[in-house]
Amino acid sequence: MKPHQRNAGLAALAVAFVVFILPFLFTFLMAVKTKKEAALFLFSWPSEWQFWANLTEVVKARNYMLLLAYFNSTLITLAAVSGLVVMGAMVGYVLQRRASGWNRLIYAGVLMGLMVPPAVVPTIWVLQGLGLFKTIHGMVLIQIAYGLSFSILLYRSFIGTIPRDLDEAARIDGARPWEIFFRVILPLLKPVTVTLIVVQSIAIFNDFTNPLYYLPGKENVTVQLTLFNFQTQFQSQFNLLFMNILLVTIPPLLVFIFFNRQIVAGMTAGGVKG
Amino acid sequence: MIRQKSPYPYWFVLPAAVVFVTLFLVPTLASLWFSLTRWDLFTAHFIGLDNYRQFFKEPFLIQGLGNTLVYAVLTSVSKSVLGLLLAVLLTSGILWQGFLRAVVFFPVLVSTIGIGITFAALMHPTKGAINVALAWVGIDGPAWLSDPALALYSVAFIDLWKGVGLATLIYIAGLAAISPDYYEAARIDGATRLQQFWRVTVPLVRPATVTVVTLSLIGGLRSFDIIWATTKGGPGFASDVLASVIYKQYQAGFYGLATAGNVILFALIALIILPLTWWLNKREVDL
Repeated sequence: MKPHQRNAGLAALAVAFVVFILPFLFTFLMAVKTKKEAALFLFSWPSEWQFWANLTEVVKARNYMLLLAYFNSTLITLAAVSGLVVMGAMVGYVLQRRASGWNRLIYAGVLMGLMVPPAVVPTIWVLQGLGLFKTIHGMVLIQIAYGLSFSILLYRSFIGTIPRDLDEAARIDGARPWEIFFRVILPLLKPVTVTLIVVQSIAIFNDFTNPLYYLPGKENVTVQLTLFNFQTQFQSQFNLLFMNILLVTIPPLLVFIFFNRQIVAGMTAGGVKG
Repeated sequence: MIRQKSPYPYWFVLPAAVVFVTLFLVPTLASLWFSLTRWDLFTAHFIGLDNYRQFFKEPFLIQGLGNTLVYAVLTSVSKSVLGLLLAVLLTSGILWQGFLRAVVFFPVLVSTIGIGITFAALMHPTKGAINVALAWVGIDGPAWLSDPALALYSVAFIDLWKGVGLATLIYIAGLAAISPDYYEAARIDGATRLQQFWRVTVPLVRPATVTVVTLSLIGGLRSFDIIWATTKGGPGFASDVLASVIYKQYQAGFYGLATAGNVILFALIALIILPLTWWLNKREVDL
């Protein structure tokens, strides 16, 4: 490493510390302060550490709302991501393998899904008609509908790297189409599947707008909505509000530490936002 | 002769198609009709273009439209410029490069609402850390989020802070795809670092630029949660954008008007993105 690279690195570290790390440190410090001290908003070391007290108080607030929210968010994320993997891979597979006029239509749909903002009130109208409004499974289907385009594109480009000879060989051995796909192809898609799971999980777990519209109601609360609910309730208890922020930041932080490579692959693949 | 069945049957598309058509395509098409009605979710009463007329008559709705454009252009230009510069810096082999990349990227993954609340505290006019720090050096910091002239820009800054990591990441991937031979040739021809940047890096990283600009423009035009978490469109309507206007009209029960807002947002995105991608991709071929 040359001296100017070291100096530039040190300067960049200093700037990055102030710009990117201090706000997170601020969140952490606010979260462990007492109610009175947090209300001062000062960027200071807490005179009295209240980590556990604040943590338990946030968890207990509103009859353990946060636990319910974690449960709901996890359920929605798991179900929606499973659906996205299977459905996205199936479409990507046919789209890549079979050339026909239908593909143009599918591409048009994919492009629309990436670009067009969802029409919220008409969506609520459809959901109500199907009895899916304010239900967890309705929310799951919405997340699938909105995430499909990204999944299809990601799978389509990866399936292009898998030789057709494999499908042929399986077919000659007498495998039916769904057997070829589920037994031969899908297992080979594991690397891109991991990427998709990681990127979409974060997107769905962090989603605020869609649950706000399609999943109102206390019993259906999701993690991001607790923040929003507590923002008004904890108007004078900023320590608890920031403890809540800290708690919803931890899952993506863990995912980031363990799946950094997959996240980078997913975010840069085709440059589609997850 | 019996036609051989394809090993790639179209029913594979069916599950995805059913979900997508029912929950995305049908509402999108229905929005065109409902935007022409006075609507309470049960009965829709056709009123022609009244919702659109109202949208372009109410000053605060027009302001929302203007704000959306300003916000989208501002965030997408700043993300692309800063993203490229950061990507160049973070591929130059500086000290702690990997760690720095992670630090710049991490906010992308964090809850937008959490970041909004944090920055609302940091930007508090009297108690916030930003103005306290400015006061140390003798600057009287403004009311970042509660000054009507400033609120929209402050929110755009928070958006930049959160999103620049994604632009950087895409640019890093783009830079990695440029063959070192080009820089080698430029050096032999005596090009300075700055000339290399303008004559080699900028033209050759173009595919990444197209991606970053398109993505952040679409994201910026649709932006809602960061605004809702910080200013809720206020003070007054100073930082309202189309997406927050739609939500407010929805909350107020003006479903037809909210849907008209949705159609306008859709039209705005299409009017900007389609010619832009066409133009950007055309120029790409010229190279």
